[in-house]
Amino acid sequence: MSLLDVEGLSIDYAGEFAVNKLSFSVARGESVGLVGESGSGKTQTALAILGLLPSNANVSGSVKPGGIEVLGAREAQLDSLRARRVAMVFQDPALALNPYVRVGRQLQRILIQHKLARGAQAKARVIDMLGRVGLPDAERQYSAYPHELSGGMRQRAMIAAALIAEPELLIADEPTTALDVTVQAQILELLEELREDTALLLITHDLGIVAGHCERMLVLEHGRLVEAGVTRDVFASPQNGYTERLIAAAPRLDCPDIPAPAVGNKVFAIDAASVSYKERGRGLLRAVREVDLTVRSGETIAVVGESGSGKSSLVRAALGLVPMQAGRVSLCGEALSGLAQNRTMAVRRGMQLVFQDPVGSLNPQMPVKNIVAEPLAVHEPGLARSERREAVARILNQVGLDASYLERFPHELSGGQAQRVAIARALILQPKVLVCDEAVAALDGTVRKQILGVLRQAQEDSGLAIIFITHDLSVVRSISHRVAVMYMGAVVELADNVAIFRRPRHPYTRALLDAVPIPDPQNAGGRASLAGEIPSALAPPQGCAFHPRCRHAQEQCTLEMPPLQELDGTAVRCFRADEIECGVTPE
Amino acid sequence: MSARTRFWASLRSSRTAAVSGGALAVIALIAIIGPLISPHDYLQTDFSKILHAPSIANMQIFGTDDLGRDLFVRTMRGAQVTILVAVVASVVSLLIGVLYGMVAGFIGGRVDAVMMRLVDTLYALPFIFFVILLMVVFERSLLLIFVAIGAVNWLDMARIVRGQTLSLREREFVQAARLTGVSPLRIIIRHIAPNLLGVVIVYVTLTIPQAILLESFLSFLGLGIQEPQTSLGALVDAGVNQMEGASWMLLIPAALLALILMCFNFLGDALRDVFDSRRFR
Repeated sequence: MSLLDVEGLSIDYAGEFAVNKLSFSVARGESVGLVGESGSGKTQTALAILGLLPSNANVSGSVKPGGIEVLGAREAQLDSLRARRVAMVFQDPALALNPYVRVGRQLQRILIQHKLARGAQAKARVIDMLGRVGLPDAERQYSAYPHELSGGMRQRAMIAAALIAEPELLIADEPTTALDVTVQAQILELLEELREDTALLLITHDLGIVAGHCERMLVLEHGRLVEAGVTRDVFASPQNGYTERLIAAAPRLDCPDIPAPAVGNKVFAIDAASVSYKERGRGLLRAVREVDLTVRSGETIAVVGESGSGKSSLVRAALGLVPMQAGRVSLCGEALSGLAQNRTMAVRRGMQLVFQDPVGSLNPQMPVKNIVAEPLAVHEPGLARSERREAVARILNQVGLDASYLERFPHELSGGQAQRVAIARALILQPKVLVCDEAVAALDGTVRKQILGVLRQAQEDSGLAIIFITHDLSVVRSISHRVAVMYMGAVVELADNVAIFRRPRHPYTRALLDAVPIPDPQNAGGRASLAGEIPSALAPPQGCAFHPRCRHAQEQCTLEMPPLQELDGTAVRCFRADEIECGVTPE
Repeated sequence: MSARTRFWASLRSSRTAAVSGGALAVIALIAIIGPLISPHDYLQTDFSKILHAPSIANMQIFGTDDLGRDLFVRTMRGAQVTILVAVVASVVSLLIGVLYGMVAGFIGGRVDAVMMRLVDTLYALPFIFFVILLMVVFERSLLLIFVAIGAVNWLDMARIVRGQTLSLREREFVQAARLTGVSPLRIIIRHIAPNLLGVVIVYVTLTIPQAILLESFLSFLGLGIQEPQTSLGALVDAGVNQMEGASWMLLIPAALLALILMCFNFLGDALRDVFDSRRFR
């Protein structure tokens, strides 16, 4: 018997279809993945199942969780359905929990609302549930406010809230997108473990997650169901071209090695850089501790780390956007002064930045042609108008945009197009170093692949050096020649691409690799080999910053910080690097 | 289509904005043309016609006041002055406030701290006391009223613009410009100011009624416009004295004042709705 029946569901907003004649069902205890790129109607479908669509949505068809028709149902009917039969875990736990109510109270209210328990009994049940989702010291977390929990802990609390009324169906809408990779792996494992006979509808853009956690999968494209089937079969032989493209675009760790770069001169060097921030009333936050990094022309180096690892602070300091406490930065052998505004125009011209949020990095009031032309106007004021126009058209062409984009405004661009414009703006000055700060993190898989292609092409054309900052190791596999892994402000491992992926030396690198979800149901990865989360940088652990989460830690690790030592061409910051086995990834 | 043109297009399609804006235009037009075509003059007293009730005969549709002056012409004259004071004062506050707030917000740090403490200090001064002092020390004039109202209104504007500038300054497109070496002046002109426009427009429409109220309030207290000049506030003040015998002297200017205030408020609300709809961010 099926638990959820969706029949011919269509949702449109003033004639624009978000979901178009969608039909599927979910059986008891089953886990189903709903995949698609942004704008494919995944979230709209989830909201329809819970009766949460906004009033301006035109809905038709039929949605029956547990045999009850949701479309057109009264609020009271929906109330008895939600939480009790169908529960939802949202993407951002920081937004889904009420910041003014203690976590325990929020869960307790669900029990009381549905008359499942009350008083001391309800409290006991909530504490038990919080313990089951892995909140340490559940008794204490019961009376904590959401902001007192870390992102991962908040999502655990959210899952506890969803499961406490023992629903038959759990809908998880991108439950881990806002989290770090190692935490993502923990949360997904937790979902798997706890749901028992609860059915799961997992909504995600990440095919790796579907491969690892769903028995069946549904693929949506522009609101239409283009493919449905058993996950294993769909991955083995996708019937639809779109599905095929999605699978091909999903990042993998086993893609072919990239050719060694035509290594040129050392262009850019960071030497013993330290960055710290004064946090009022909370002491000194040491974001970056004595990091060395060099890039050669024609080379891409990736700086990888989870949030709080200091990767962004490092490059921002190098670019002169934030002050550096100690250390030196040099471009083509010339030492640079601290902040960007004190640097010469030639230096500024030599280093450009591409941001994570493509739309936010473009002035909403300027048309594309002015956005791209501005750096030229500043650096080459003598240029004739026609020459400037030509240069803009040429660079846009290089990033794959034709002349029809010249007059457009940022809001008229898709994420991928906006990022191309941002890259064009950075490249028009022909910089020596391009820094990409999570430049593809906000983009869909297929678009991501294109953007990486644009960057690679630019590098081949001009011998550009690229510093690529990311939290996601899988992105790095196909683009970077060398990889630096950062943890709590320090580089823990620095090696070339092949070495990092085939023979990681640091336990943290190993854990990051384990956590990457692989789009292959036979070998899905996404394992949580690491417990806990990154400690606060305000109170870093003594000794090796990684030791509280490390399986291999011994006494020495808790006492002193290990130096960065050389081991077969890999620089690694671990006392036991030569004895522990971090595992060799098969070729 | 730029965000700005869409802003105006969307505003035109808003019914509230159309009705209130249209009503304001009509009022302004009548206020300007009315006195020109009327046979009466706003200064001319006629002791044979003291406190005549409104009548079509003799073209005195609003009646006359206690000195026999035609109330229609005087009300229109008053509306002219009131709107003029409000608009000029708002423009003054706009210019000072936007510049001041933008500079404080953009430079930040110590400069910002000092500049904003100055604003706080001015806020702390009791406004009425300040105006009375001004009026006593200097000769009363229209100019002085512009100064008095503008001096108060720009403080709010400066605070709002500074807040917006602070957040714009951290936006990535500003950082990108800074990194490229775009000069601070150019950043302000090309990146900050255009993005402030929406907030500023909305806020100006909301300060105009405030300025109108202030002017009326001052005139009502006898601190504003002096006889024989007049404004809606002064007319209401005169009307209150004749309330029992000649209620039209109070009701007509008071109603017009209320109507103008309402129109500006609705227009401001409509603007804010258009702006807040996030389509322009």
